[in-house]
Amino acid sequence: MSTRHHLVAGSALALALAATAGCNPPGSSKATQGDASVASQSYVAPGAKDEYYLFYSGGHSGQVYVAGLPSMRHISTIPVFAPYPATGYGFDEESKAMMGRFTWGDVHHPGLSQTGGKYDGRWLFVNDNANNRIARVDLRDFKTRQILGPIPNSSGNHGSSFVTENSEYVLVATRFSVPLPKGRYADPANYQTEFNGMVSGIRVDPKTGEMSVGWQVLTPPFNWDLGSTGKGPSSGWAFWTSYNSEMAHETLEATSTQGERDYAAIVNWRAAEQAVKDGKATMMDGVPVIDPAKVPGVLYFLAVPKSPHGIDTDPSGRWIAASGKLQPVTSVFDFEKIQKAIASKTFEGEVRGIPVIKHDAVIEGEVPVGLGPLHTQYDGKGNAYTSLYVESAVAKWSLPPWNDAQKKDLNSIVLDKIPVQFNIGHLVIGGSDTKEPYGKYLVAMNKLSKGRHVSVGPSQPESSQLIDISGKKMQMLYEAYTEPEPHFAQILKADAIAPIEVYPKAENTNPNAVWDASQAGITRSGNKVEVKMVAIRSRFIPDKIEVKAGDEVTIHVTNVEQTTDMIHGLGIIEHDMNVVIDPGETKTAKFVAGKPGVYAFYCTNFCSALHQEMQGYLAVKP
Amino acid sequence: MNARIVSMNRLLDRPLSMPGRLLLLVGVVLLVVGATLPLWRISLVAPQYEEGLTLDMYTYRIAAGNNGQDLAEINTLNHYIGMKPIAEADFLEMKVLPFAIGVFALFGLRAVVVGRVMSLVDLGVSFLYFGAFSLGSFAYRLYSYGHQLSPHAPMKITPFMPVVIGSQQIANFVQTSLPLAGTFCMGAFLVLVCAALWHSVRGAGREVA
Ligand SMILES: [Cu+2]
Repeated sequence: MSTRHHLVAGSALALALAATAGCNPPGSSKATQGDASVASQSYVAPGAKDEYYLFYSGGHSGQVYVAGLPSMRHISTIPVFAPYPATGYGFDEESKAMMGRFTWGDVHHPGLSQTGGKYDGRWLFVNDNANNRIARVDLRDFKTRQILGPIPNSSGNHGSSFVTENSEYVLVATRFSVPLPKGRYADPANYQTEFNGMVSGIRVDPKTGEMSVGWQVLTPPFNWDLGSTGKGPSSGWAFWTSYNSEMAHETLEATSTQGERDYAAIVNWRAAEQAVKDGKATMMDGVPVIDPAKVPGVLYFLAVPKSPHGIDTDPSGRWIAASGKLQPVTSVFDFEKIQKAIASKTFEGEVRGIPVIKHDAVIEGEVPVGLGPLHTQYDGKGNAYTSLYVESAVAKWSLPPWNDAQKKDLNSIVLDKIPVQFNIGHLVIGGSDTKEPYGKYLVAMNKLSKGRHVSVGPSQPESSQLIDISGKKMQMLYEAYTEPEPHFAQILKADAIAPIEVYPKAENTNPNAVWDASQAGITRSGNKVEVKMVAIRSRFIPDKIEVKAGDEVTIHVTNVEQTTDMIHGLGIIEHDMNVVIDPGETKTAKFVAGKPGVYAFYCTNFCSALHQEMQGYLAVKP
Repeated sequence: MNARIVSMNRLLDRPLSMPGRLLLLVGVVLLVVGATLPLWRISLVAPQYEEGLTLDMYTYRIAAGNNGQDLAEINTLNHYIGMKPIAEADFLEMKVLPFAIGVFALFGLRAVVVGRVMSLVDLGVSFLYFGAFSLGSFAYRLYSYGHQLSPHAPMKITPFMPVVIGSQQIANFVQTSLPLAGTFCMGAFLVLVCAALWHSVRGAGREVA
């Protein structure tokens, strides 16, 4: 097909150019260099504050990073799935319990909570592709408050975290199909008969944000990729792309890329919710699971360009852009036509009892955006921006409705293109997934940064580039380097939230909290030693803990400060323990006293002029 | 000589003029209002405390900034120089002041009703003494806090006198101390007492002449 030829021709051309070029091949010009004259547009002077938060996923680092926009300054790290000694995360009992038996996760797609299709600034949800989990960060204190999972019947939680219009659900689709229920053995050779994928509705308690698995929809063993939730006309629906609709199980690079199209899932999550209420689900591993072949109206398939990646609903909720990374076009579907097609049963067959919506009946057009399109974001002004992985660029194009001349030549709706450095994956515009985007900046999250910075050896950072999209032409403003590996990000207006800066004493309900030296102390029962400790500038009370080797020691330490930024840490020499306690917080460290000896403990978080003196001894008797 | 004393006595015995009574009434109201308002603010500003730490002194309590947190913060900082914690309970004045002001208000009201020039002079003079004593006691307290420094403090500094009105640098802090609305109300009370006196006496003078 012609689309494939584009790609092949493009690569061949690139190879040819590289081969013929000397030390300065064409294409390696100064075009990739920024322009210092725009520096003021991203400059945020010392002491001045950024306009937006940028929450970006940290991929296999397991964390979420917070930067400011437009400065791109890294401001904070929110540990989620991996220990982070800097904040003591993963050392105290509460965070250890939350992390469960895992020490890492693969964070892909942060999703902000919404009310009425707009960010409400309450929570940030992030998925763990590796261990099938989903976490909730509370934006009141920027702390991870819940990790749900491993989610039953779900393997490779990649297709999330897609938040519905009123945060009713965070929707999830599995990337890797496995034999279900999990824990069951089947030969991968029997992939098509024994394996299954799953779409999950993770219910969110509207008051507390507490997540639980609401329901699941069984799917054929496709590999579900990216998704988005509907709004407006597509309210109550969600969409995912898949790859490997060939249902191959080995050498996927070749075996799953033969077909010209793969399937997108068109899921009516309201119908799924209703079906469960109506008792049409069967329990699997404790979760009501719907077989969509038996419950019509929950799941439809739609053919989309091969090996697709992103499928993104626009702010109006009517247009859905899906990009096939191996085809140089972005397909735009009209949800109104999708609804009509479903109503009139305009299908082009079925797969395992799931109707396949007739592609030609719902497509609005295939926009020739460029090579390797992945994801599309929207500025709320009628423009779409698609990342081009192979081409290393962002294409800006006009959303429908298109006039006849535009329809005849969709090249004419591609308005602008800007190169990025290099190999862009996701891109983000603030609020693109809401009804009201803030179409001012776009951040390109690039997979490679080779040669853009002073060399740091073979382990190179990722590059994130800030692009001004407020004008007619996109303009590169700034680039920053980020921890591995940002996949997706969310942008939130800085004034949309007002995080607390200390935990008010009155709210500390920890029964082990002590607020005064007179309440601090050490108690023993059997071989269990319990310490209630006060941390205040510049002392630990008590500062001498005497135990016997083999004792099980529990230290509850309360930072009694109520002052912004007055953080204390409790590090214990040679005990792999560092608990960091924010003002007003109580944390619990638990460990077994090891070898006899005297071990110092000290404050790890610089707190005052006498911070160094803030120390004590753990004396372990033989 | 005698005539003068007699005339003076007659003057002191004179009932207050009606406008004088009204001025005094306004003064009493301001006195009572002032007792509920902050009298004095001590604030401390340093590079890492750009927003400042504040203590507002009332007749009956200390109100610290940042929902009371600033008092704890100031005490936490003061422990480094061995200054004893500032505690409301130490300010005996705060138990006496509201009572004293109540007495002044009562005497003021009595003067409004059955007042003579004499009682107004008494009221004004004793309030003047009272004001001077309060201010002196406040200054003494500040002096004590700045001078009774623990010899075991982590940080040794020369004992110092916190400024009562104005600003000064103490280590990394700029300490500022200024009167607030309550003090101005008290001042206004005194001014109104004087005004009432002047009005009543001026009227009397005209009569005598
Ligand atoms: Cu400390």
